[in-house]
Amino acid sequence: MRAVIAPRRQQRQDSGAGSVRLAERVSRIRESGILAVLIVFVAVTTLVKHRFLDTSNIQFVLVDTTVFALLALGETMVVISRNVDLSVGSVVGLSAYLSTDLFAQHPGIPIPVVFLAGLGIGLACGLANGIMVAAGRVPSLVVTLATLYIIRGIDILIVGGSEVDASSLPNAFLDIPKDTIGGIPDIAIAVAVVIAIGAYYLRTYRSGRDLYAIGSNPEAARLAGLPVGRRVFTAFAVSGAIAGVAGVLWGAQYGTINSTAGTGYELQVVSAVVVGGVAIFGGSGSVTGAALGALLLSTISSALYVLGISPFWDQAIWGFLLLLAIALDQTITARLTAALRKNARSRQ
Amino acid sequence: MSTSTGSLTELKRPLAERLGAALRWETGLAVVVILIFGIGSAASPDFLTGNNLFNLGLSNGEIAIMTLPMTLIVISGEIDLSVASILGMSSALLGYLWARGWPMPAIFVVIAVVGIAAGAVNGLLVTRLRLPSLAVTIGTLALYRGVATILLGPNTVSNFPTAYTNLGVNAVPFTGNDITYSTLIFIVLAIIFGVVLHATPLGRSIYAMGASQEAAQFAGIRVKRIKTILFMISGFICSLAGVLWTFRLSTAVQNNGLGLELSVVAIVLLAGVSIFGGKGSLIGVVLAVLAFAGIQNALLLTNFNQEATGIVTGGLLLASVFLPTVLGPAVGRWLRRLSHT
Repeated sequence: MRAVIAPRRQQRQDSGAGSVRLAERVSRIRESGILAVLIVFVAVTTLVKHRFLDTSNIQFVLVDTTVFALLALGETMVVISRNVDLSVGSVVGLSAYLSTDLFAQHPGIPIPVVFLAGLGIGLACGLANGIMVAAGRVPSLVVTLATLYIIRGIDILIVGGSEVDASSLPNAFLDIPKDTIGGIPDIAIAVAVVIAIGAYYLRTYRSGRDLYAIGSNPEAARLAGLPVGRRVFTAFAVSGAIAGVAGVLWGAQYGTINSTAGTGYELQVVSAVVVGGVAIFGGSGSVTGAALGALLLSTISSALYVLGISPFWDQAIWGFLLLLAIALDQTITARLTAALRKNARSRQ
Repeated sequence: MSTSTGSLTELKRPLAERLGAALRWETGLAVVVILIFGIGSAASPDFLTGNNLFNLGLSNGEIAIMTLPMTLIVISGEIDLSVASILGMSSALLGYLWARGWPMPAIFVVIAVVGIAAGAVNGLLVTRLRLPSLAVTIGTLALYRGVATILLGPNTVSNFPTAYTNLGVNAVPFTGNDITYSTLIFIVLAIIFGVVLHATPLGRSIYAMGASQEAAQFAGIRVKRIKTILFMISGFICSLAGVLWTFRLSTAVQNNGLGLELSVVAIVLLAGVSIFGGKGSLIGVVLAVLAFAGIQNALLLTNFNQEATGIVTGGLLLASVFLPTVLGPAVGRWLRRLSHT
C-alpha cells in the first residue's frame, strides 16, 4: 500500500483523485476487516462462555489494552515513516520504575507530577533515538536495538534487585485503572481520546501526511523538499514520550515494578501495529487500525483464558495471526497497485 | 539513506581508499578484541586462564553458532528474528520426546527435520509470498516459541542421561580441557561458512543479491532458491544450538534462549555486516563474537552487574555504526595523503 501518497500532491493532478479514494477505501476495508475478526471472535467466545461479555471482563480487557494501544500509537508514527522503534519495552520499564519510585522518595507527591516525570523520561529516550536516526542517518533498527539494550541496562543498574511494590504507592494512583465512568474504565476513555487525536493528526495535518510521504519513498520526499530529518526525529520523540507515559500506567496497573518491567513489549507492540494493517516498510496504515490490532490481541488472550484453553496457546495463535495479517496485506497491496495502475492508464 | 550526491562521490573514490574502507572495520575490531582481552587480563588474573576461556566458550557457544547463518542471511538482504525461538522449540521438542521415552538418535532426527522445516516456512513466506522477512520472522518468533510453550507448558524435563549432558559441559578429548564441544562446532562451522561465503560462486551470489536483488535476478542468480536454502540452514543450525543449550543446562523448558535473537543480530551488526545487505565478512563476525564474549566475561570477573552488560553491548553496537561515519572521512583523507606522497 505504498501507493498512498500525501493528498495535496495528488490534487494537483486530477487523475490522482480517484486513486486516493480507492486507497482510502481499501484502508477502511482493512480496518473493518480487523473489526469483523474481533466481532466474530467475541461472538463465538460469548456463545461458548456467556461470562466473556460480563462487565468485569470487558473492563479487564479494555484496561489490559490501554498500555498496549498507547504504545501502538507511537510505534505507528515511527513505522509509517519507514522506521522502527524497538526500544519501547525498555523505555516502559525505565519510566515505570523511576516514576513510581518518586512516591517512595517524596511521599505526597501529586500524581500528575509523576505522569510528567514519566513523560520526561520517555521523551529523553525518544530524543536520543531521534537524534541518532535523523542526524546520524543510521538505520533505526540498529539504533533502537542498541538503545533497547542500553536503556534496559541503565534500568537494571538503577533498580538492582529491589522493586517498587504496591504498598508504597498511594491508593489514588493504584485506582487509576479501576475507576470507571458509566461502566467504562476512565483510562480506556482517556486513551481512546488520545488515539482519536493521533488519528486526526496523521490524517489531516501537513506534518502527519509528510510521515506517509517519507515512508512511501524517503528519497522522493527529500527531493520534494519535505523536512525528512525533522519529521522522523519528531516521530521518535513522540514515540518515546508516549512510552514514558505508558510506563507510568504500567506501574499503576501492576503495582509491582522491578527491573524486568516491560521486557519483550517491543515485539508485541510491533505485532499489534502490523496486525492493525500498518505496513512494516512504511507509507501506509492508520492509528485506528493499530489500536484495533492491540485490542484484538488483548481480546484473544482473554478469550483463550475464558474458554479455558491453556494460555500456553496464546503465543502460537498470536504468531499465526500476525503471519496471516501480513500475507493478507500483501495480497491487498498487489491488487490495489494493479487497480491504481489500471486507473492511471485509463485516464491518460 | 544516502543522498544521490553521496553515492556519486562513493563511485569516484580512489581504489586505495575503498580498499582501506574494506579493511578498516575488521582491523578496528581486531584492535578492540585485543584491548578487551588485554584490559580483562590486567583487571583480573583469572581472565586468560584456560579454565576461564573454557567457561567463556561454554556460555557463548550457542549464540556464536547462531551468528553464522544469520550473517549469510543479513548479507543476502534479509533478517531472521526467529532464531532463538527455533532454539527454544528444538529444546522443548527434545524434552517432550525424551519424557515420552523416545530413543535419543530418533529425537535428533526429528529435531533436525523440524528445524529445517521451520526455516523453510520462513524462507517460503519471504521468497514465494514476497513478504518482508522482518515481519515474517517476528511472526514465526511468536509461532515457534508458542509451539515450544504448547509442547512443554510449565513443565521442566531434566532427566537426560549424563552421557549426553556431559557433551554440554565437558571439554572435547585431547584438547587440554580448553575447548568445549560448542566451541569446536563453532570453529568448524565458521571455517565452512567462511569458505562458502568468500570463496565460492554461491558466496558471491549472496553478496550480489544483498547489493541488488533485481540485478542479481537478471544476472541469472536463483535468488529465491538460495534465500530459502539460507533460511533452512539457519533453522537447522538453530535446532542444533537448541540441543547444545539443553544439554549444557541439563534442562528443557519452554523459555530456553528467550530473547537471544537480539544478541545474535547485535553481534552480526557489530561485525560490520550492513543491515541493508551486500556487505560484511565472516572474519568480522568471528572477531565480533570474541569481542562480545570477552566483554561479557570480563564484566563477570569484575563483579559488574551481569544483567546490565547490555549497556556495553548496546554501546558497542552504536559505536559500530557511528565510528565509520565519524572516523570514515578522516581516515579517507589520511589514506589519500598517503597515496599522494
